[in-house]
Amino acid sequence: MQYKSQAVAKPYFIAAIGLFIGQILFGLIMGLQYVVGDFLFPAIPFNIARMVHTNLLIVWLLFGFMGAAYYMVPEESETELYSPRLAMALFWIFLVAGALTIVGYLMVPYAKLAEMTGNDLLATMGREFLEQPLLTKVGIVIVALGFLFNLTLTLLKGRKTSISLVLLMGLWGLAVFFLFSFYNPENLVKDKFYWWWVVHLWVEGVWELILGALLAFVLIKVTGVDREVIEKWLYVIITLTLITGIIGTGHHYFWIGTPAYWKWWGSIFSALEPIPFFAMTVFAFNMVNRRRRDHPNRAATLWALGTGVMAFLGAGVWGFLHTLAPVNYYTHGTQITAAHGHMAFYGAYVMVVLTIISYAMPVLRGRAANSNRAQVVEMWSFWLMTISMVFITLFLTAAGVLQVWLQRFSTSPLPFMVVQDQISLFYWMREVTGVIFLLGLVAYVASFFVKGEAATLASSTSGRAGIGTQPA
Amino acid sequence: MSGTFSKSMARNVFYGGTAFFVLLFLALSFDTQQALPQRDNRANLTPAVAAGKKIWEVNNCIGCHTLLGEGAYYAPELGNVYKRRGPDFIKVWIKNQPTKVPGRRQMPQFNLTDKQLDDLVEFLKYTSEIDTNNWPPNIEG
Ligand code: HEC
Ligand code: HEM
Ligand code: HEM
Ligand SMILES: [Fe+2]
Repeated sequence: MQYKSQAVAKPYFIAAIGLFIGQILFGLIMGLQYVVGDFLFPAIPFNIARMVHTNLLIVWLLFGFMGAAYYMVPEESETELYSPRLAMALFWIFLVAGALTIVGYLMVPYAKLAEMTGNDLLATMGREFLEQPLLTKVGIVIVALGFLFNLTLTLLKGRKTSISLVLLMGLWGLAVFFLFSFYNPENLVKDKFYWWWVVHLWVEGVWELILGALLAFVLIKVTGVDREVIEKWLYVIITLTLITGIIGTGHHYFWIGTPAYWKWWGSIFSALEPIPFFAMTVFAFNMVNRRRRDHPNRAATLWALGTGVMAFLGAGVWGFLHTLAPVNYYTHGTQITAAHGHMAFYGAYVMVVLTIISYAMPVLRGRAANSNRAQVVEMWSFWLMTISMVFITLFLTAAGVLQVWLQRFSTSPLPFMVVQDQISLFYWMREVTGVIFLLGLVAYVASFFVKGEAATLASSTSGRAGIGTQPA
Repeated sequence: MSGTFSKSMARNVFYGGTAFFVLLFLALSFDTQQALPQRDNRANLTPAVAAGKKIWEVNNCIGCHTLLGEGAYYAPELGNVYKRRGPDFIKVWIKNQPTKVPGRRQMPQFNLTDKQLDDLVEFLKYTSEIDTNNWPPNIEG
């Protein structure tokens, strides 16, 4: 580690992994409720489990992004973090606020929670992914502002690299678009229209800037390829992202009461959205092939390559599958959507956070790379989780195709619940695969506790010095 | 990507391209706002509908159901449930939950008053009359 203050990243990464475990446990609860409908009812109704699952996902990814930024920006700017104490204070505030919110979901009926937390002052709750009480939403904004203030000042007093500029643009965008979660008009169509300014403009807009910056940073470190080359790629990728993804928002404006011309705008531009994801995969493989040295942390390289491939599959291929209006007419709001949502979130954002953790955690723990044994366990967890996610996606896609056929496409359409019964086999298979995913996650956590000599490679100038002396 | 195309050119294309498409998106959004009154059924957006929307939200119905295809995929689409089932069925249904059929997916009891049930039904009626470009494909949602 080159700068002392980078150490604040560590608790952020640990919290991220802890919450990830919680997310998956609630995923498994829901997966079982899909087939054993009264499982844990009424103690944990499905909607509560779903809120916990998705909100934990978003919160742990945010912890991951913040940890990544605290790690990267000092190193990129070649200066200590503006205020490590502020960073630690915000860590505890965010963790406690997040934990209280989850406890609130689980212990208090949602309507009661809304009443207790000031939803009558400004109604923002009860919309998918934005279920957080007003207090929590305000807390998120405060934490985000403190975090951005800290990082922006760090950047301003140091070297301004393209990577940290792109990262900060992404993070500022994340905070700015979150403000639309406070706008909840009585008019349902307007509500839905602006709801997507948070959800779509996050995952298919500003978050991709963060994704690109994290990937570029790790690739510079593990391949030693010239910064100029990597940063040029980064700009090309995020240009493609925004010129397709912004108008691509239109793929959510087909059936919610918005004008019909969105069928054209949305279909055409979102059909181009896979291009930046494809470019990202080519980029990652290209840089690794042109590497100037072999970094001893092979696990981090594997995660970086995996991110490229899986983001392209989940967001690019599975997104394209249902993004054209004539197809989306039948698939809208089915298990096809769930299939895509899972592989895209995993392939892009889960994997990039695990990439930066894989690269940075050993350094934060005082070595360039973990022992070979620890890396082998980590790589096992990579394959277990990734292959499980591929199969979860395939099973949900099969369920979705049948659902569309039986409930929407057929000349004698069947009711929703009848169809769900007929496709339950696929839900069982998803659940079993989910258990394997959990085993992969257990292996991942275990890899942090595997001891042994730090790995080195003959071609690298041994451990830390190898990183420190790079002209990166 | 070599030779003449430099990093600073890539950066300029990024800023220029982004600015252009942000403006285009804002223009389209503005036009959408102008067109909405013809489509979003606002003539029927009564205080009861607004109250119904809030009841919908504070009970997190979206955590199990889709509404106009958005939400969760665990329980039936409700954007057109007014047309599929009618007002009386909806009220009786909500009052009688949970079904307690073993192994079947369950919907909680929300203890809504008659007034709240009426508002909720008004909201579902208003929603079912939004011009959705003919979605869903059939009455099953
Ligand atoms: C925990 C999940 C859950 C929540 C939360 C929930 N529902 Fe349901 N709902 C269901 C399930 C499951 C069914 C189908 C049950 C069956 O067929 O046995 C259903 C069925 C219905 C139906 C009948 C649909 C039809 O086509 O027959 C209506 C109407 C309904 N719900 C309204 C609501 C409203 C309004 C709310 C919010 C106040 C709500 N539900 C919240 C799970 C839920
Ligand atoms: C990493 C990037 C992406 C992530 C994390 C992601 C995630 C999601 C999620 C979670 C949903 C469900 C939203 C809801 O609950 O209503 C969704 C919907 C959708 N996504 Fe993506 N997505 C990504 C990229 C893409 C891309 C590139 C495309 C197109 C090529 C795409 C096309 C769609 C479409 C068409 C829907 C609507 C599905 C429906 O009608 O039900 N997505 N996405
Ligand atoms: C053990 C593995 C998992 C299981 C069994 C599981 C199960 C589920 C279930 C049942 C739902 C609700 C679907 C519905 O609304 O009806 C859901 C939603 C969701 N899960 Fe998971 N999940 C798992 C892992 C993950 C992972 C790793 C991620 C993130 C990468 C994730 C992200 C999401 C998202 C984004 C949604 C909302 C989906 C949407 O609206 O389309 N899940 N999950
Ligand atoms: Fe989207």
